Amino acid sequence: MKVKHWVKRKLLQFIAFGCANPHVSNLPTGRLYGGKWKQFCNPGLNCYSCPAARFACPVGAMQAVSGSMDFKFSFYAAGMLLAFGVILGRAVCGWLCPFGLFQELLHKIPSPKAGLKKCFLWIKYVVLVVFVLLLPILATNYMGMGKPAFCQYICPAGTLEGGLLLLGTHPELRQTIGPLFGLKAGILIGVILGSIFIYRFFCRVLCPLGAIYGFMNRFSMCHLEVDPRRCVSCGACHKACRMEVDPVKKPDSMECIRCGDCVQACPKDAIYVGFRGKAGNKQSAAGNGRASLVKKRKENHV
Amino acid sequence: MRMMMALIACGFILYGTVRGEMEIVWNKAVHICLECIGLG
Repeated sequence: MKVKHWVKRKLLQFIAFGCANPHVSNLPTGRLYGGKWKQFCNPGLNCYSCPAARFACPVGAMQAVSGSMDFKFSFYAAGMLLAFGVILGRAVCGWLCPFGLFQELLHKIPSPKAGLKKCFLWIKYVVLVVFVLLLPILATNYMGMGKPAFCQYICPAGTLEGGLLLLGTHPELRQTIGPLFGLKAGILIGVILGSIFIYRFFCRVLCPLGAIYGFMNRFSMCHLEVDPRRCVSCGACHKACRMEVDPVKKPDSMECIRCGDCVQACPKDAIYVGFRGKAGNKQSAAGNGRASLVKKRKENHV
Repeated sequence: MRMMMALIACGFILYGTVRGEMEIVWNKAVHICLECIGLG
């Protein structure tokens, strides 16, 4: 029996969610897991202040080190991100990220669906540079310690998994609620509403991990290939892509999360996502053929 | 290029580990960080 592609992906996403948050017994008490696994980074966005979390969030780890008194850059977190990126690229977003799964589930709520203007896609790069890389180093206190600016001012995963859960279990923390938490709660509500109407709203607009892994898409071992000999330029892949990527024009698009929806939609079995080229070593052929495919598609449209 | 980036990643992780970054990450991750979650 062949398991459907979307079932496989959803299953893996839930397994990844479970692996990132196995300490469910901590939820009623609000006690954080304090074992050795917490020094390792999770590939996807998952707040380390969540009582159920086993691993550290890579964005939080990056800011924690670069905001510390001793160091101004985290080679460890950068190395982890680079390693995940080289192996998987944005397949991390599509298959392993807990917050990505949360947004996909929200998008299943019946409602009118909308696309996203391309100009919004650049915001996440600004967020990465300003809030994750620069502010923790530049905005320091008298001790030379920087703030985890992305976590503090933006991260909706932290508000949901850390803030709200801990407020529920620690009544004394409720006295610390102020305008900052109001801002973060507003961002979380915005992200939830945005994700209902727009597919993976946060991943595409705000997520610094999406920005990093998107950049790594062109180098990653997990890649997307289009076989130019099979492709008939019907455009079915482009229509099927909920990230609004055209795999024929841009197989290495920074927005492609390697979900494989285009593979399923292709009537000619011309698209491959994985670690080895289905069409043999045809990357160069695909590269050469891409221009002719785009030309062919333009002719079809004319 | 891919190989070079993989080597750089390994080098970064090794260097970061040697200079004690993992302890900073662990220390941050095992305690409730109020400013990390927008409280305080």
